[in-house]
Amino acid sequence: MDCLLSVKDLSKYFPTKDGMLHAVDRVSLEVGRGKTLGVVGESGCGKSTLGRVILHLLTPTAGRIFYEGEDITDVSRARLHKLRREMQIIFQDPFSSIDPRMSVRELIGEPLDIYRACNSRQEYDDRVAQMMETVGLAARLENAFPHELDGGRRQRIGIGRALMLSPKFIVCDEPVSALDVSIQAQILNLLQDLQAQMHLTYIFISHNLSVVRHISDEIAVMYLGVIVEKAGSKRLFEHQYHPYTQALLSAIPRIALDNRPERIILRKELVSPINPPHACRFAPRCNYACDRCFAEPPELVEMAPGHFVACHLADQFA
Amino acid sequence: MGDKLLEIDNLTVHYEVNNVVVEAVTGLSLDIDNGETIGLVGETGAGKTTTALAVLGLIPDPPGRVVGGEIRFEGQNLLGKSSRQMRSIRGSAISMVFQDPMTSLNPVIPVGDQIMEVILLHEKMSKAQAAVKAQQMLELVGIPANRYPEYPHQFSGGMKQRVMIACALACNPRLLIADEPTTALDVTIQAQVLELMGNLKREFDTAMLLITHDLGVVADICEKVAVMYAGTIVERGTVRNVYRFPRHPYTRGLFKSLPHLDVDTDRLTPIPGSMPDPSNLPPGCPFFPRCTFHTAECEAGRPGLVEVSPGHVVACFNIPEAPVEL
Repeated sequence: MDCLLSVKDLSKYFPTKDGMLHAVDRVSLEVGRGKTLGVVGESGCGKSTLGRVILHLLTPTAGRIFYEGEDITDVSRARLHKLRREMQIIFQDPFSSIDPRMSVRELIGEPLDIYRACNSRQEYDDRVAQMMETVGLAARLENAFPHELDGGRRQRIGIGRALMLSPKFIVCDEPVSALDVSIQAQILNLLQDLQAQMHLTYIFISHNLSVVRHISDEIAVMYLGVIVEKAGSKRLFEHQYHPYTQALLSAIPRIALDNRPERIILRKELVSPINPPHACRFAPRCNYACDRCFAEPPELVEMAPGHFVACHLADQFA
Repeated sequence: MGDKLLEIDNLTVHYEVNNVVVEAVTGLSLDIDNGETIGLVGETGAGKTTTALAVLGLIPDPPGRVVGGEIRFEGQNLLGKSSRQMRSIRGSAISMVFQDPMTSLNPVIPVGDQIMEVILLHEKMSKAQAAVKAQQMLELVGIPANRYPEYPHQFSGGMKQRVMIACALACNPRLLIADEPTTALDVTIQAQVLELMGNLKREFDTAMLLITHDLGVVADICEKVAVMYAGTIVERGTVRNVYRFPRHPYTRGLFKSLPHLDVDTDRLTPIPGSMPDPSNLPPGCPFFPRCTFHTAECEAGRPGLVEVSPGHVVACFNIPEAPVEL
């Protein structure tokens, strides 16, 4: 695989008054050039933290990050500034992630200012106009302020900002979760079109499995900071090894009225990510957990070509 | 006749802000029978919450006003009742579970006491008896009774929502209005809470108006569904009929724009455009600017509800012909 970005044993811990919070724990991933890796999980699983650590919005606690073959884990500020042209992010909340006091034009053009990427005012104006068209924002909105626009349009501003310097890699952090259903489809289509046109590589973070399935080539399922299962998108929906993935899929409310799958209801609540026990983190909620699960954390093992699972009992689900 | 628990009849609600009139709900009619569960589906701004608040007499006035229609509960018009009368109805005959459990509970009162408060307001019993009943309610929603003295911040989102449900069901209401009760929750917790609501509904035989934007949740626990757009109902019928044979262009567009777990599609088919501004609704059918089937008739006046099959109604002048099964 032509790998654009990879992380190896990446960890991020936060010290709290009650102990060390393991937000991301020894995560290893690879993303192929031009592909989309979906990272899915519920709140608190560490997916957003993972995205931010990869982009150095948070400093990794341990592990390595590789971009285009270069180890960028301990990269200098100067190098990071250059890298940021190529590695961008689209935030989840289009309401709080953009400056309410800047116009659409100023927001989309800001990257050009920061990087002094234009030689003239004319070039700046042209590039902003071009980007607005690319992301589907009508030219008449250029002097509008965010509060005058709906969530979908604000998200397009966020996308425009991320694309302005022609990046190669974008972390999409729940980009459609805050949007209405009929707008979600528009934005998802846009992201896919842009990926094809600009040969972009995405890490697409979401809790919504239907959306992730639609847009991803490969999917990694996270639970309390750890990857529990990883497989090609189509494959994962056909077969799941990990009990958590099975439960997650069965929990999604289905629109189809017939053949409704039996809903797997998980007991209890999540264990705390603070000072987690040396064991499988899913064990307390797992219907199948055995003694070994409470004593030893499982490693990611390849159960089928390209399909990895971290579960002591994965053989049972083959 | 007979079994009608709630009849919303031609309801119109406006908000007046800075001399601008926001037409939040226009001519809405909806019936709920005893023990029935109806989903009220629509996107942000469709008017679903306004409808729910109107039933409970909770529309802030000013700036809101019910300008027309009636809301009959067990035959009596709620809009004609005094605040005192409404206060005795809320929490006992009609209850509501709000959207955001994080902010709906009082942060400085133990959860058990908050359930007890509802009971003491509506039922004649001593504090000690009410406390016992509150403990029973906690157990009923799957929270150990010994957590009675704990505060909301000590509970997770899903558990807070269970406390809300306990408060709402404590006095055995005939109608429960649940406004996006699981939207703020993780999907596996949502599954737990929906399961709980389904069980309790059956056990108490409570009718429920479930407000949501999630078509999957409706398929899970509702028998009937009403689809709202820009303040009016555009389609209504059993979940079976509406989901298999959606007739209104908006409903069909909605189903087509969703990524499905079971179907592999290259591109989604979004509905072009966006929701109209409720302070500036277009004349005629509110959906016509986005509708691929629209004709001149659609700009001239609002379509009434037309029956396409028993119990299945659609508000459209040009109902797409042969129903295509999804």
